[in-house]
Amino acid sequence: MKKPYQKAWFFVLPVLLLVAFNALIPMMTVVNYSVQETFGNNLFFWEGLGWFEKLLHSERFHAALGRQFLFTAIILAIEVPLGIIIALSMPRSGFWVPVCLVTMALPMLIPWNVVGAMWNIFTLPDIGLLGYLMNHTLGIAYDMTQNPFAAWATIIVMDVWHWTSLVVLLSYAGLVSIPDAYYQAAKIDGASNWAVFRYIQLPKMKQVLTIAILLRFMDSFNIYTEVFVLTGGGPGNSTTLLSIDLVKIALGQFDLGPAAAMSLIYFAITLFVSWLFYTLMTKDDTN
Amino acid sequence: MAQITLSKLQHSYYPNPKTPDDYALKEIDLDWEDGGAYALLGPSGCGKSTLLNIISGLLDPSEGQVLFDGKDVTGLPPDQRNIAQVFQFPVIYDTMTVFNNLAFPLRNRGLNEDAVKQRVEEIAHMLELDTMLDSRAAGLSPDNKQKISMGRGLVRKDVNVVMFDEPLTVIDPHLKWKLRSKLKELHQRVRATMIYVTHDQTEALTFADQVVVMNDGQIVQIGTPVELFERPAHTFVGHFIGSPGMNVLPCDVNQGMAFFHGHSIRLEGAIDSTGTGTGTGKTEIGIRPEYVSLSDKGLEATIRKVADVGRHNVVDAMVGDTLVKAVVNGVVPAQGETVHLSFDPAKTRLYRDGWIATQAQGATP
Repeated sequence: MKKPYQKAWFFVLPVLLLVAFNALIPMMTVVNYSVQETFGNNLFFWEGLGWFEKLLHSERFHAALGRQFLFTAIILAIEVPLGIIIALSMPRSGFWVPVCLVTMALPMLIPWNVVGAMWNIFTLPDIGLLGYLMNHTLGIAYDMTQNPFAAWATIIVMDVWHWTSLVVLLSYAGLVSIPDAYYQAAKIDGASNWAVFRYIQLPKMKQVLTIAILLRFMDSFNIYTEVFVLTGGGPGNSTTLLSIDLVKIALGQFDLGPAAAMSLIYFAITLFVSWLFYTLMTKDDTN
Repeated sequence: MAQITLSKLQHSYYPNPKTPDDYALKEIDLDWEDGGAYALLGPSGCGKSTLLNIISGLLDPSEGQVLFDGKDVTGLPPDQRNIAQVFQFPVIYDTMTVFNNLAFPLRNRGLNEDAVKQRVEEIAHMLELDTMLDSRAAGLSPDNKQKISMGRGLVRKDVNVVMFDEPLTVIDPHLKWKLRSKLKELHQRVRATMIYVTHDQTEALTFADQVVVMNDGQIVQIGTPVELFERPAHTFVGHFIGSPGMNVLPCDVNQGMAFFHGHSIRLEGAIDSTGTGTGTGKTEIGIRPEYVSLSDKGLEATIRKVADVGRHNVVDAMVGDTLVKAVVNGVVPAQGETVHLSFDPAKTRLYRDGWIATQAQGATP
């Protein structure tokens, strides 16, 4: 039998090194922490899978995870349909195309902590534009530092404002790639607007939408900066999402072991949901 | 089914057309007889697709009217004109099965499910799609996809016209032939008016009973394939149809006689002094290479090239600096040899400004 060509492995080596240094090695230190306990002074004691067991039974973790899923579900439920609607109503040609595209892209260009700070000032009850308008002009009590419902509404609106554009731009890219003949054929076949959307536009957008939803899921599931700057996880623990809770445990309480275990579980959940979603969405294409 | 009349049709893609060049279609008057198989032939960019889209209602003409059986439909959208159109690239609804694709135009029109099933199965059988009715349309080969597109065009019983816009472009050559004869067969079976747009003369001539030749936004000639070949009304038709195309040779006209490089050339009939051929425009002789022969006397010419195209040889002969092509069977002259050319007078015509200017043989002057 002919010996297989082995030199190809050398070409993979640079990528392997890169991945090792920016992902594998840092993650292995986290794995290392997750099975040990430390009280400082660089002294570690073996803990086994204890932290994982405790965490999986911890009410605090369940609550943060629940909040995280709720947040992600709400923003996906809003951003995806809204993004598609906006993309559908954007012009396909002419002067307004670049204007629309640039306007759409603007929120995404703003640094995350600036977004948090902007919305923080925007919603201050006495001096913020929105806060003042709600409280003093419309007479609706609105203070996201006091009221959990207001805090949730604010972080959701902020994320929708920040990230719907991503869904819009990807959907739009999918839409403009549909040849005119499809619309013409649909007209001749007597298809309604709904049928055009259901049988032409949506199937043609499916691939870009899969990517859009995947990106929005991962990003929103890992969201930290904007919410931290805006609410700091409050009032109380009402907007303490998984990442905020994780930072509290790791850097606030300096519980390295539990925090490391939590990181790994967090990572596993993100990975599993992404994999599941992507596999389900692309299942039809392969067979 | 209906007779389609185009009346004083003009179209420009500019909002304020000024010169004739701004028009993609220049004043078209045309009747398409009910049940005819037509081909619309012309080079790319001559306005074929524009004309098609105006008939189907996808495009509103700048001026003029479209009439179906005398009824003005110019303002009606495509779905109310009851027409079908098949596009250059197959249009299929990816997520649907072949059956649902074919049923789509019927269901949109509220036909009951039994009738839909019967009709779809009938069309699928004609197009040899019956074995794949339950599979997803997205995974099929291009020719099967285009068959589905055609099937959606043919599935409605009462369409006024089925239009094909270069439908075989993406099909493999060996399947092209099959699909084309299939179309011809379908036309004979369903007897709907069909308009087949193409820039391929073979496709046009094999499919159609009547060929409409377009150039530069105008209709140049309408006729059977034989008429177009035998007596082109315009040098464009002569050149565009036939392989190689008609020889178009600049000539002088003096006292009712045509002269080419000093030789008097006998024409099929007298030169028109009325109609389109009048005026003082540029004059040309048109003769198909098939009717140019090598003989002992006649025009002296030098052979520049001989090409063997299988059934016969195509000889390039130079008369002075003018190229004359001749189709020669049997013994061919060698390159550089001097020969004499003779033209069959019955097939030799004079064109003035491109338009035919001799009277047909047997016509009373």
